This record gives sequence, structure tokens and C-alpha cells, in this order.
Amino acid sequence: MVEAMAQVPSSRNDLLVEVEGLSKIFDVSPPLLNRLLQGEPRVLLTAVDRVSFKIPRGRTFSLVGESGCGKSTVARLIVGLHSPSGGRIVFEGIDMASLKSRAEISPLRRRLQMIFQDPYASLNPRWRVADIVAEPLRAHKILDDRAAIAARVGELLTQVGLAPADGVKFPHEFSGGQRQRISIARALAGNPEFLVCDEPTSALDVSVQAQILNLMKRLQRELGLTYLFISHDLAVVYHISDIVGVMYLGRLVEWGEAKALFRRPQHPYTRMLLDAVPDLEMTGRARTPVAGEVPSPIAPPPGCHFHPRCPLAEDRCRREAPKPLATAAGEVSCHAVEEGRLPPMERAAPPPRPKTQD
Amino acid sequence: MTQPAPNQPLLQVDSLRIEIPGRRGTLTAVDDICFDIGEGEVLGVVGESGAGKSLTGAAVIGLLEPPCRIAGGQIHFDGRRIDNLPYEQMRRIRGRHIGMVFQDPLTSLNPLYTVGRQLIETILTHSDFSEKGARKRALELLKEVGIPAAERRLDQYPHEFSGGMRQRVVIALALCAAPRLIIADEPTTALDVSIQAQIITLLKRLCRDHGAAVMLVTHDMGVIAETADRVAVMYAGRIVEQGPVADVVRRAKHPYTKGLMGSIPLVGHDVEQLIQIDGAMPRLNAIPQGCAFNPRCPKVFERCRLERPELQPVGPTAAACWLYEAAPVGSGNDG
Repeated sequence: MVEAMAQVPSSRNDLLVEVEGLSKIFDVSPPLLNRLLQGEPRVLLTAVDRVSFKIPRGRTFSLVGESGCGKSTVARLIVGLHSPSGGRIVFEGIDMASLKSRAEISPLRRRLQMIFQDPYASLNPRWRVADIVAEPLRAHKILDDRAAIAARVGELLTQVGLAPADGVKFPHEFSGGQRQRISIARALAGNPEFLVCDEPTSALDVSVQAQILNLMKRLQRELGLTYLFISHDLAVVYHISDIVGVMYLGRLVEWGEAKALFRRPQHPYTRMLLDAVPDLEMTGRARTPVAGEVPSPIAPPPGCHFHPRCPLAEDRCRREAPKPLATAAGEVSCHAVEEGRLPPMERAAPPPRPKTQD
Repeated sequence: MTQPAPNQPLLQVDSLRIEIPGRRGTLTAVDDICFDIGEGEVLGVVGESGAGKSLTGAAVIGLLEPPCRIAGGQIHFDGRRIDNLPYEQMRRIRGRHIGMVFQDPLTSLNPLYTVGRQLIETILTHSDFSEKGARKRALELLKEVGIPAAERRLDQYPHEFSGGMRQRVVIALALCAAPRLIIADEPTTALDVSIQAQIITLLKRLCRDHGAAVMLVTHDMGVIAETADRVAVMYAGRIVEQGPVADVVRRAKHPYTKGLMGSIPLVGHDVEQLIQIDGAMPRLNAIPQGCAFNPRCPKVFERCRLERPELQPVGPTAAACWLYEAAPVGSGNDG
């Protein structure tokens, strides 16, 4: 752990993914005819607003936030399921936008894969598991010999904790956790370096979630994978991440080295999120749930998006969007932190974990 | 407001058994479970998907959907047996004496009626308010559950509310007739963490103010730890451990509860690997003989595969596990 902390800031020259000023604006206007006849205006939704971060090779970068904050859109932009409205995505020094033809993109695509949230919807129910896992091998023409494909599929299934014989079954014969293992096997088929995992454990029960998280950590160690991990669950994020970014209404409000960020959160929103995590240790800590809800991203509040819910909001917060400011752990965008109005917060070290095995 | 009845719990569930008849035989979804809820007490029922916790809640309020049926056991509410009541009589208890909060606030509200209409209708059904009085009461309830600008909100439709606000409306609906027991089935699962914290705080405050007892059904141990007085842990249709929440969370006895607690990642705890329970909960048609947990249990021995353990006291809690068979009362604090 200590070793990981020391390496994160120093490994600047071994960045696998760099995201700079990434934006995505969706057009959610009414149909053209309604606009012409009824004079309704165009409506634009800024799902991702100038987000920048860097992911060092072999590390896990997590994006955390509540529904509608744009974290899944970032994941989809990076794998190319959406095209960015602005900004750059640089994968190992190559700007993804510079690749125009399919032939240029394809070799890069093989190296980044995605795992989706819902293992029930992301596997074709009419395909056998072996065909599902073999699809990337065929699509990217990695292997074309039947026997070689079968052998590789068996190897992949074993790697994720299933049996090679499971390949003849259909997805419905598996439980949620096993299906997520199949998704992981499929993602690993092309020997990728970078996995984008969008809420991979949110649909699973806690004991199964532990199995998948353990599997993901083991695979990262064995294969040197880099993860972009999207989740709304702070405890899961704390467990799996090296670096964490907190998103609110399309903006990255704070990022930093995971342990330090959770120990000394800066942004009022990060503090609020951490405070809202149910207290399983039963320390009797008093919680002050923050009033209010996430506003609509169609008409976000001006200035700092968080100001209507922020206990420290001032005039400047209502007018001016804060700029990122370096902290000990990473960066934070908050006027109150910049002006020193926010007292530094150190979260008490939690009591030792209840003994669960004797 | 409530008269404490020291000897008699508000809700008594005795040897409840729920079956699902099907073409390939009858499945037993809930098997011989017993628990009590006292006046004003919050009982957490926790378990993973398929453990039978929601069916138990539905059985108590008489909303089991066919083909599920109560195949055995008794449910007593306030001393009166309610599991065999005819539909009309149960309907009068439901809502009036036992309220319900469901997981998905969008499906538990009627999209075609305003929120106020639904509240007023519920109030009129269960008490003898005038239309005007009911509207006033509805407004009070909306204010009580923390809905801003309640006067305006009363005449809006459910789709105009956000998820957290809808869940507040559902809670207001459950409170309409000031019930003595509320069954809350995953009330915070569909909500974001910050909203979840608001709803938990609201539920706790309302129970305290109204003296209502709550059966809180959830898969989230964190929510239970924050809210419940006692907790029952379910696995494959049975209660495997039951006791005061602090004891179960801190000093779990049953190997399943221990595994479950260890598998939850916690902020601030650095572990390379989470404790892992291998395998998955058995399907209802393949529940193993003996203890249902035995194929996944790290401490399994011969007897677990043959005989089914019953809940027995282990220190302050009760666990259904052969490991504790001979444990004398009071020596439950193992190392």
C-alpha cells in the first residue's frame, strides 16, 4: 500500500490514458417540427464538462458520484461508444480523435475493453458462453483456428474462476456473479491493457461483489491491467482504487490519491458523500445529511454547480466556476478551499474491523 | 401515544412457511421462521437476493402474490391472528394498522392521480375525516416528511417528483392512518447515497415521534446498522442468526454472517482481499440437506451435512449453527 502511494505521483511518464478537457453535450431538444411550430428552444445537456485526468499504467482510477453526474458518460466516451464534443482522449500518446478509419482504430480498440453493469443485459442470451467469449478473438482476427480458439476460451474461463466445460452453456444457466465473470473473460479475450468497468458490481449481492472485486484485483496483479472503475459506492471505490475522482453534475470537483482523499477530503461535496456512507462500524457518529438533491443537468446552477447545497456558498460561488487547485492528494475545485474558508478536515481513523474470522 | 405491552410483542411470527407450487413440484421459499417485533422496535431483516426476506414482509401484510402461499405457521398482530383472515378483514388492517413502504417509489404511486388525491383517498378510507379535513391532514403529512412547498406539491403528479421526494410521499402514505407497524421493503435501495441518508434519518425520526415499529427489509448491512434495534439474518429461506444489532454486526456468530460482514468493503480499511464466501446461495429447488449453508461453510463438519440446526442462544444472540450446540449461555464471546 505504501509503495503504491509513493508511485502514484511520480509515474508521470508512464501514463496509459490522459483525458484533457473532455466534454460531452447531448442535444435533448424537442423535434424540429415542434421547435418551428411552437417556438420551443433548443435544449442542450452538458453531461460531461471539461473533465481532465490521467491514469498511470497498472493502476486503478475510479470515478465516483451520484446518478446523473456523468461518470458513465465518461466511460462511454473513452471506449468510443460516444464521440466527445470537446477535449482529447490520449491513449499511450495517441490522440483517439486523430484515428479516422476503422482500420486505424481497430488495433487500439482491442487494447481497451469494457465491462458493463448489468450482466443480464450485456450477454447475448442466444449465444453459448464459448461463442460470447470467443467473439473478440474472431472480431479482431486474433485467432482463426477453431482448436486454438477453443483452447484460449477454456483458458480464459479458467482464469475467471469458471470451468472450460461451462462454455457449452447459455448465459441464463449462470447466476449474476458468474455472468459477470463471463463478461470479464470476454473483455480479457483480446489481451487488453485497459479495462473500463462501469458499475461492475452494482447489480450483485455483497458476497458475490466480494468475489468479483477479489477477482479483479487478482487479474490486475497477474496481467498488469489498468482500470477505469465507475461506481457510486464509496466503500467499493476505496477498496479497489489507487486514484479517485469525484464528479458532480458533469464536473470533476476533486481528485486525488485514494487513501489521502478519503482521509482528508477537501471539497464540501466529497465530505458530504463520505458522511452519507452508512456507519457499519456503529461508532454512533452523528450524521448531518445534506439537504437538497442533485439539480437537473439541463439547467445546472451557475458558478459552482454545488453551491445550492453547499453550506459554505458565497456570492463568488454563485457567479464563478472554481478552477482546479493543487492539494496534497491531487486537485480540488472549490472557492472555499482556495480562500481558506473551509477548515481542513481529517476523518478519524476507523476502529479496527470487527473480527470476522477466528 | 402507544401503550407499552410488556409481555406481548406487537408482531409475532411463528414457524412461518411460504411455498411456491409449480409444475415441477413445490418450492419452499421461507422455511419455519420465527421472530417477534415489539412496540416501537425496529427489526432489520437482512439477506441476499432470494433469501426470502421480501416474501416474509409480504406475508406479514397479507400481500403474498399467488402462487406463493402461506403453508404453515401463524402470524399474530397485537394478539390477533392475521395470517388466515378473509381478504376484506385483512384489507382493513392493512394500511390502518400495518403500513408498507416499497422499494420502488414510482411503481407504488398511481401515475394518474395527484399525490394529494392519493393521500386524501387513503386518509378517507381509514378514518372519518371530511374531505377538507383530509386535505389538511395530507398537507401536514407532506410537511412532516420534509417536502418543501407542500401546498403546491399536493396537486402535482408523481412524475413531477424526484426519486427521493417520491419515497417521502410513499412514507407519508404509509403514515396516513398512524399505523403501529410499518413494513419497509428496501426503502433506500433505489436512491443515491446522499438521498439514502436523508430517508434513513427521516424513517428514524418518524418511528421515534409516532412510536411505530418497523420491519426493515434490506440487503444493506450499513442501513441496518444505522437504523435497527435487532436484526435477523436470512439465508436460503431460514433465519440463521438473530440478535441485537450491535452484537450481530460486531461479534457475528454464524459463519454466514461472519462471511457476509467480512465481504463488505469499508472506507478506511485497507485490505488486499475481501473475505470471500465461495459459491452462491442455492436455488430453491436445490437446497442442500442439513444446514443450507454447508457447501459454502469454511467450518463444515459431518453433522452439518446431515441435520438441520435450529436457532439456539449463543451469548446475546441466537445462531442456527452446530458449532454452538453445546455453548452454555453467556460464554458466547469467543476470542
